[in-house]
Amino acid sequence: MHEFGLVISMIDLAEEAARKEGADVIEAIHVEIGALSGVVPEALEFAFGGARAGTMAATARLEVTYLPAIAYCATCQSEFELDNRFGIAMCPTCDTPSADLRQGREMHVSHLEVA
Amino acid sequence: MADPVATRDVRVSPHGTAVTPGARVVQVQKSLMTHNDGVAAANRAAFEGCLVLNIVSSPGSGKTALLERSVRELAGDLRVAVVVGDLETDNDAIRIHAAGAPSVQIVTGTVCHLEAEMVARAVDQLDLAGLDVLVIENVGNLVCPASWDLGEDLRVTLLSTTEGEDKPLKYPRIFKDADAVVINKVDIAEAVGFDRERALDAVAKVSPGTPVFELSARTGEGMDAWLAFVRERLAAKRG
Repeated sequence: MHEFGLVISMIDLAEEAARKEGADVIEAIHVEIGALSGVVPEALEFAFGGARAGTMAATARLEVTYLPAIAYCATCQSEFELDNRFGIAMCPTCDTPSADLRQGREMHVSHLEVA
Repeated sequence: MADPVATRDVRVSPHGTAVTPGARVVQVQKSLMTHNDGVAAANRAAFEGCLVLNIVSSPGSGKTALLERSVRELAGDLRVAVVVGDLETDNDAIRIHAAGAPSVQIVTGTVCHLEAEMVARAVDQLDLAGLDVLVIENVGNLVCPASWDLGEDLRVTLLSTTEGEDKPLKYPRIFKDADAVVINKVDIAEAVGFDRERALDAVAKVSPGTPVFELSARTGEGMDAWLAFVRERLAAKRG
């Protein structure tokens, strides 16, 4: 449960970007969370509710996009989406486990809506 | 099964969340880990001369016991120091100090993992220039430490025979990102009904190709291969 710390970082990044644009209010923060990031959606939303008070994002919405985990199979030379939430990357074509995770660890602020 | 074309679209155009019509949009595209990753990069530069291990595991799987024995066996010819993270107490630092290595305790209070900045502050108390190996013993936790880069060269995930063979499947991220997996307490494997094949299979599924060291930090069984690996990686880093 480290979502509170993450939310503080998120608001810091958002405020910095909003200020740079001369905005006064952050109306929404759009984030991308990978399936294997370890971030729990409910905990993130709960933490955001507590952390946003007194910031430029005090009334902001939190919009979350969940990115599926994608691995690369060196044998088939193709990417595939993991068919489980458990981080097991078995190539659906040749059944070889892959260690090459191309997407799924993300915790990004992608964009903001500001006024 | 997933369509690779569809998933690629998700990654190239990730803005799946709706923007209110007419809203002024500001692109950010920054990781929540930006600050930590910056400090981790600075740590990595400061660690240029020594090999740095970040040891992660559940509480009670034997991180400190592994370090005590590793320190004793490496101390003959290598200069080793340890940074230990725990929620409370400096018991572990005292144990490692007694084994013969300078150690710094980080008391995290309520924080469930170490962050790069905590490590940066802790290593201020060590003479990095005189070190061969720095070991960071993370907070006992198989979830949170996975996300924080500390500036280490190798992440070592420790699993003990008393925890159950399916830990890698239950906590995949921390095993997936491991550069080495250590299975500790093999001396009591039989007594606790540890299924070795299942455990190795679980590691291979989650983290294919990662070297696995089966050992007992208590009896010393299997320690040679582990210590040889550490020495090998130190030599490789120093070219």
